Amino acid sequence: MLYYPSAIVGLLVVFLLVFTAIYAMIKIPYNEAIRLWRGGEEVWYQNPKFAPPAWFNLFSSKKYSESFAVKTSDGSMTREVTPGAQGTSTMSIAYTFDFSYDYYPQELILYFTSSYEEKQPFISAEWLTPDGRKIRLVNMALSQKQTYRFSQDEKLKTRLRTEEVIPYLFSDPETGALVKGEYQLLITGAAFEPDADINVEFVSHGQVYGLAGTDQARRDLVVPLLWGAPIALAFGLIASLGTSVLTMVIAALGTWYGGWIDELIQRITEINLVLPFLSILIMIGTFYSRSIWVILGATILLSIFTGAIKSYRSIFVQVKESLYIEAARAYGASSPRIVFLYLIPRMIPLLIPGLVSSVPAFVFLEASLAVLGLGDPVLPTWGKIIEDANSNGALYRGYYYWILEPATLLMITGLGFAMLGFALDRIFNPKLRDV
Amino acid sequence: MNTMSHKLLRIEDLVLHFKTRLGTVQAVDGVDFELDTNRAVVILGESGCGKSSLAKAILRLLPRNVQKYSGEVYLQGTDVMQFDEEQFRHNVRWAAISLVPQAAMNALNPVIKVGEQVAEPAIVHLGVKREAALNLARRMFQHVGVPEDFLERYPFELSGGMRQRVALAMALVTSPSLIVLDEPTSALDLLTQANIMNVLKRIKQELGTSFILITHDIATSSELADEVAIMYAGQIVEVGHARDFFPAPLHPYAQMLMASVPRLRSESDPMFITGQPPSLVNLPTGCRFKARCPFRFDKCEREPLMFGKNSRKVKCWLYE
Amino acid sequence: MITELRDLKMNTPKINEPQALLTIQDLRVWYELRRFGFGHAGYVKAVDGVSFALAEGETVAVVGESGCGKSSLMKTILGLNIPTSGEVVFDGENLSGLKGDGLQHYRFKVGYVQQDPYGALPPFMNVQKILEEPLIISGMKSREERLARIHKVMSEVKLHPVEDFLKKFPHMLSGGQQQRIVIARAMLREPKLIVADEPVSMLDASVRVEILKLLRALQESHGLSVIYITHDLSTVKYFSRRIFVMYAGSLIEKADTRQLLGNPLHPYTHALLAATSDPEARNAETFKEVPPGEPPSLVNPPTGCRFHPRCPRFMAGLCDVKFPPDLEPEPGHFVACWLYQ
Repeated sequence: MLYYPSAIVGLLVVFLLVFTAIYAMIKIPYNEAIRLWRGGEEVWYQNPKFAPPAWFNLFSSKKYSESFAVKTSDGSMTREVTPGAQGTSTMSIAYTFDFSYDYYPQELILYFTSSYEEKQPFISAEWLTPDGRKIRLVNMALSQKQTYRFSQDEKLKTRLRTEEVIPYLFSDPETGALVKGEYQLLITGAAFEPDADINVEFVSHGQVYGLAGTDQARRDLVVPLLWGAPIALAFGLIASLGTSVLTMVIAALGTWYGGWIDELIQRITEINLVLPFLSILIMIGTFYSRSIWVILGATILLSIFTGAIKSYRSIFVQVKESLYIEAARAYGASSPRIVFLYLIPRMIPLLIPGLVSSVPAFVFLEASLAVLGLGDPVLPTWGKIIEDANSNGALYRGYYYWILEPATLLMITGLGFAMLGFALDRIFNPKLRDV
Repeated sequence: MNTMSHKLLRIEDLVLHFKTRLGTVQAVDGVDFELDTNRAVVILGESGCGKSSLAKAILRLLPRNVQKYSGEVYLQGTDVMQFDEEQFRHNVRWAAISLVPQAAMNALNPVIKVGEQVAEPAIVHLGVKREAALNLARRMFQHVGVPEDFLERYPFELSGGMRQRVALAMALVTSPSLIVLDEPTSALDLLTQANIMNVLKRIKQELGTSFILITHDIATSSELADEVAIMYAGQIVEVGHARDFFPAPLHPYAQMLMASVPRLRSESDPMFITGQPPSLVNLPTGCRFKARCPFRFDKCEREPLMFGKNSRKVKCWLYE
Repeated sequence: MITELRDLKMNTPKINEPQALLTIQDLRVWYELRRFGFGHAGYVKAVDGVSFALAEGETVAVVGESGCGKSSLMKTILGLNIPTSGEVVFDGENLSGLKGDGLQHYRFKVGYVQQDPYGALPPFMNVQKILEEPLIISGMKSREERLARIHKVMSEVKLHPVEDFLKKFPHMLSGGQQQRIVIARAMLREPKLIVADEPVSMLDASVRVEILKLLRALQESHGLSVIYITHDLSTVKYFSRRIFVMYAGSLIEKADTRQLLGNPLHPYTHALLAATSDPEARNAETFKEVPPGEPPSLVNPPTGCRFHPRCPRFMAGLCDVKFPPDLEPEPGHFVACWLYQ
């Protein structure tokens, strides 16, 4: 095996995929993955939309701002509380951050949560720029949950005399040039009840996000990219294994018993060969169920009776006549024994490489179905990412990462299995070896 | 140069080694022999002794994994090893030496009429027109004993014996002076074998062709042999006239091999050779037969030379 | 004319020796030919009226060219073909009545040695597995018992030391060793009869004799009956007491080996003997006498004697009309040829 570089590369890729799949399942358990994938704004509010991965900055001379989120409840934002008279208290919340990017963030948001009984707490927020300007942002009374989006504040816009709040906050008002350096957000709050409390979360939606970027629903693409691996592997391997093994067993039984069984198998195959495979899957997906298990089952069933059954049959016809089978009959081996212990094992050297090489076809099939909108509605898969990207016009809006990431993984998977399959074919079937 | 004094074929120190994953296969390892016009030499050997590789080496039909291919092959005094591939194809292959490969009867193209297939080498190697080539094919069919109307038939319409004759006609159609036959009668029935041997004898008489007959079938080989060469582990260990060799082989291996042939017309009890021939990948030093030889002695640790004179030579220290 | 033929068949000497292990009486094995998969298109008369008896411990050679029906005869004896008509009685059991388990048990009692040892061994099983299979099938449950049996048989076929071979796969063995495994497999269940189909024709000359001698030693020590099927007359006399010559589906000459080799009666037997070479230099000086033509098709064999179109001693009006009966020109030497009427 080590003589074949392609086997090593293929094996490496497959190992990597299996490792990724296991890692994904341990790191993000199934239920958590589903929750994240199906979660909306309440799960993903911290993330920007349509953000390319953060490592884009490595290849760009101009830096995109990264996203961050800090909050008082876990201490990432400092909060000092000063008790006052009659149960009142004032608190000062500050967050200082270094801004050294060349593009503005998409949005800055403050999420307030406060507790009180009757009297609403009050806050005022200020923005300190590196060049020493202090901009008053807002003064308001807080309800229990309140969101403040910098760019949506009409009063602020009026006050600053600009439509674009975020750029204004990050630039020199005279030149309009972006100012890099330390910015500070200062929030002063006042609570009027003994048990009243204010917590703030400050979220900056940058231009880039994380390892894989985000989609239209602010979802971190790491989740579906990681979870796509076990799903693609499971679908590809189960479909390939199921199809190959069942095809082989059915071909062997048909060849051995001959007669009407063989005829029936041949006719079913011929009918199945003219049936439009993809259309049937689309029909099942549209009218019955888009569950990956249903589609998997249908795929296997429709893939059994294909050309492979004919080619296996033609080989079995030869193996059936071989001397060792005749010998087995002569020493009294029963028909099932001959089929399973004598006919089929002879074909394992053909089965295994074929099985490995056909995995990519099924992985691509699953992805294609997802792209056609027939992916499993629950599971995060590579195909679904492409579908989302496609329906959100990723390509003409320039979000290439969104399509390239899952597409690359699909191609690597395909290439890995194909290389391994070809190498196995050479190892198991030495006639193909280039001597 | 006086071409009359030249042998038809003289091979000196022919070497053909293959590279495999297991190591170097020394299939042909220093083979010398000569052949006169209108003579037949039989190269006898058991499976895996390199005899088929020798045929390939003579015709330079080499697989891709050749590691070493050297030596001299003189065809009527010309060293054809010096020829480049194009010269060789043009002047030697089929023009002077043709090959009937192993199982040739099963190697005919099933969808082309046998007449066309026999005519093909004449078109390719002699450059004659199709009509003339078909006429040549018709003549060759007469020589090998295939009815003329079979020209229009397809291989599957012919019996095994007839297909073997067709394969012979394919080798003959360019009127080569030498035909290499690789196991021409194995897998044929007894009477068919006898028929094919008759055909070969007749061709030899009528056309003056020479033959190199490569086979493991000792009894059948005697039907055609003027000379016998015994091959063992990539080397020729004995060579001599058939009339000297068959009654009294010299090399211990040849003696034992001859003793292992069951005979119909004698009461002798056949013997067998214990052990197995060495692997061509991992050859012993010295005499390659020594492990199985009942006469081995100290000298066998060194590689024996070819002893003997005239046509009778043996690679064994016993004959020093 | 058909009645005439039937009458002639009825006259064939009844063979009913009490000690016979295998009795075959007027056996026919015909395969139906079908046109387009269903229309009847005649029969391949592979075995057409074969009778003989084989005593316990007797060795007999069936000699014939490919397509003469010797494989079909052999497969019928092995219980792999169903006789179209006629009787095969082995060890007191009539093969025609057997089905399912009965047929399976019948097969246990006959050992089979095949022509091509490499093809005869499943390439994906090691020697131990190969030899365990027949024992498992015949119901030997205990692994120890099986291994003990395998050890015994392997030492009988001289594969020493046994342990070295058990884990090897067929491709790791030499042709001679492979054939020993095949013989061991045939011997595993202590059969009374071994059918050996060209057991040495694929082997190298130097190994051939070794295997033949091994088979003969086993035959003698176990008192086996052996049917040795071959096309090579030169090996027959080392092995068999009797020779049957088969041509186009029937046995045309049956005699003791010495009788037949010394005094062949049928013109076809003559031709076979003439075509068999011994390694002699003078062979190259003469042409062989070979009957013209080729063996007939078994679908439409010639009328009368099937050899008559090729026969140098063909008698018009007799040989091409009537099928010759089994004649006995000398005691124990049967020949189906009108010359000896």
